[in-house]
Amino acid sequence: MNVGIEEPRALYQKRIPIVTRSVKGRFRNFKWGVMVLAYAVYFGLPWLPWTREGVASQAIMFDLGQRRFFIFDLVMYPQNVFWLALLLFIAAIVLFFATTLIGRAFCGYFCFQTLWTDIFVWIEKLVQGERPARIRLQRQPWNKEKILKLGATHTLWVLLSFWTGMTFVLYYGYAPDLLARFFTGHAAYAAYVTVFSLTVSTYAAAGLMREQICAYVCPYGRFQSVMYDPETMAVAYDAKRGDATQGRAAPKGELKIREVRQNKGYGDCIDCGFCVQVCPAGIDIRDGLQYACISCGLCIDACNTIMDSVGYPRGLIRYDSEANLAKPVPAKPRIDWMRPKVLGYSILLSVMTGALIYSIASRTTFEHDVQQIRQPLYVVLSNGDIRNRYQIRLTNKSNKDMRYRITTQGLPHGALDLDEGQAVTVHSGNSVVVQASIKLTPQQVGKYPRFDFVITPLSQPKDKAIEQVNFYSRKNEQ
Amino acid sequence: MSQEKLQSHTVQTTGHAWDGDLQEYNNPIPTWWQYAFYISVLAAVVYWFIYPAWPVGTGFTTGFDTITYVNDKGVKKTTHWNTRALFIKENNEAIAAQKPYFDKVASLPFDQIAKNPELNSFVLSAGKQLFSDNCAACHQQGGAGKMGFAPNLTDDDWLYGGHYANIQQTITNGRHGYMPPFAQVLTDTQMTQLADYVLSLSHNAVNPESAKAGDVLFHSETAACYYCHGVDAKGRQVLGSANLTDSIWLWADVPDAKTIPLKEAAVKNVIRTGLNKGVMPTWKDRLSPEQIKLLTVYVHELGGGK
Repeated sequence: MNVGIEEPRALYQKRIPIVTRSVKGRFRNFKWGVMVLAYAVYFGLPWLPWTREGVASQAIMFDLGQRRFFIFDLVMYPQNVFWLALLLFIAAIVLFFATTLIGRAFCGYFCFQTLWTDIFVWIEKLVQGERPARIRLQRQPWNKEKILKLGATHTLWVLLSFWTGMTFVLYYGYAPDLLARFFTGHAAYAAYVTVFSLTVSTYAAAGLMREQICAYVCPYGRFQSVMYDPETMAVAYDAKRGDATQGRAAPKGELKIREVRQNKGYGDCIDCGFCVQVCPAGIDIRDGLQYACISCGLCIDACNTIMDSVGYPRGLIRYDSEANLAKPVPAKPRIDWMRPKVLGYSILLSVMTGALIYSIASRTTFEHDVQQIRQPLYVVLSNGDIRNRYQIRLTNKSNKDMRYRITTQGLPHGALDLDEGQAVTVHSGNSVVVQASIKLTPQQVGKYPRFDFVITPLSQPKDKAIEQVNFYSRKNEQ
Repeated sequence: MSQEKLQSHTVQTTGHAWDGDLQEYNNPIPTWWQYAFYISVLAAVVYWFIYPAWPVGTGFTTGFDTITYVNDKGVKKTTHWNTRALFIKENNEAIAAQKPYFDKVASLPFDQIAKNPELNSFVLSAGKQLFSDNCAACHQQGGAGKMGFAPNLTDDDWLYGGHYANIQQTITNGRHGYMPPFAQVLTDTQMTQLADYVLSLSHNAVNPESAKAGDVLFHSETAACYYCHGVDAKGRQVLGSANLTDSIWLWADVPDAKTIPLKEAAVKNVIRTGLNKGVMPTWKDRLSPEQIKLLTVYVHELGGGK
């Protein structure tokens, strides 16, 4: 009765929880450094004061209501979304550039998934102890100790997740005020929804899902893999040195002496498994480069510690390129800059960064938009004169009230008539529409097919803007 | 026994067999999908209790949720939740948000509204909306009017006056322009002479003899044009009679007529048939005083105000 019945195949492997051992070393220190800096910036920035006129004194504030982003002395408006787009392009190229040179460095050291998972593991270790203690706790039946320790861990996780979500929201308002309103139930509905969803997602991603996010959810981790070249530096196990001809062996008896091992054909790897135990992705780097490897360098630290203790040279697991490792005698690992791809990325990067810096540095303090009124395009007045009208929208992007003078050039004197007079006051962050009339006699009309509006901020005359417009009449139509 | 063992290692079947060995696989939908389905069923049941849901006889179950709004008579009403009430409520909120601006428009004199850039910006945007809804059908979207139909509001010529007070009066109470037909009174030659005279006032190269005869006729008791159009032919704004000396035409399409005879024909046609179609409806019953005031400023701003 087994006709048409196929062998069952599991589509999904049940997750084996990864309990990592802590390790000390160069890469771990670097990771701590990045972490302290990143957390200090993320959690601290909303509380950094900054003097501003008429607006909350906060260094970084994303004011969605008024549609203004304050970043130190830079004020961004929706029109500047171009900068954000350019910044994202630059970030993408930086990612490509770094990946080509040193592999998934972003994943291992800077990604917030890694940073938050790291701190969650640190909390876990703080409460429950080192790896063996945690494994023991996992296996033992539910009792007071287990409930207490697991409860404390998860409580701390939730608190940190909550503060993570809360901090995110604080960027969108004046932090002290928003925090007070949040806890008294007076904050906007969106604030509660955001804090709740970020708390849940942080807790789930850094506490429960961890490496599964990198392996199954994150697209970047996957597509960075295709950017690796043979010359790309990556965390690698030197199999020639570690396995030699006879494979790995524990340093027992005479095998403790390196010369004896080498004569017998055994490699330098003593098969202690430390590199596997410290891996947050749960892989064995000795199997070669794998998609799950986030390139955090902890196995390098682990192996170096062991190599030091047995007295063998460091660097059995190290940053090295596939090309170098394939050589009969690998040279000293070095970053290979001279590749067309790398040079291409760096040119792109400098051009785009230059463009962004130029664009921000040359930003104006005001935005102007001159539009001809097209219904009707021109008006014949009772004495036969022709009048064109223009709407001039002025947006004051500076942090103080400004006055602007509107004049024309290339027109006979007296042709311009402004409803508001020669100068207009616009409050900080506001927009004003001004109507301008230009009147020409039938004899003048043909001579001035176009002219310029000159908009001059009275306090900064050198920032004046010139906008060319057309003058229409019956003559243009025919 | 072997059968059981085999089953546990292979894909499950529904347990039915046809024709001896024809079986059906049992591939249940994913568990998460199933639970999501149950949860949505549950949500639907909760929905029935909160919102209007089931038809019952001629009515329906209203649900427990309520909504409170103020109706057009100013009475506060609480009813079961429905989108109509929600619309009224949100509409009231939008009107309340606009009110401070309308109040400011209502409290300030006309010229100060135009001189205040921020208030003027409001007039331009809100006025445009009001104008589009109520005025643009005749005066066109930008207020340029239509030859032979509705006057151009963007030029500097006003039949009934272009001061704020005149415009407000025109919108509030409407206007009705009238010119009697002269077909029974004047001969064709006389009408040509009158047309030539009128055209000569705005510097058209017409026959000077004919125009001179028209001049006499204009100021005579036969035609008596000067009664309404004035001795200087500049019109009288109290009556809404047109200024015949400027380059602006509403009923006789002189600007688009290429030759003098065509221009004459256009003017003669108006003299012959008269006018009884310059009607502007009254707006005081459809628009509030604040809206009319705002529209007055807007129309004045269109370019023609005095």
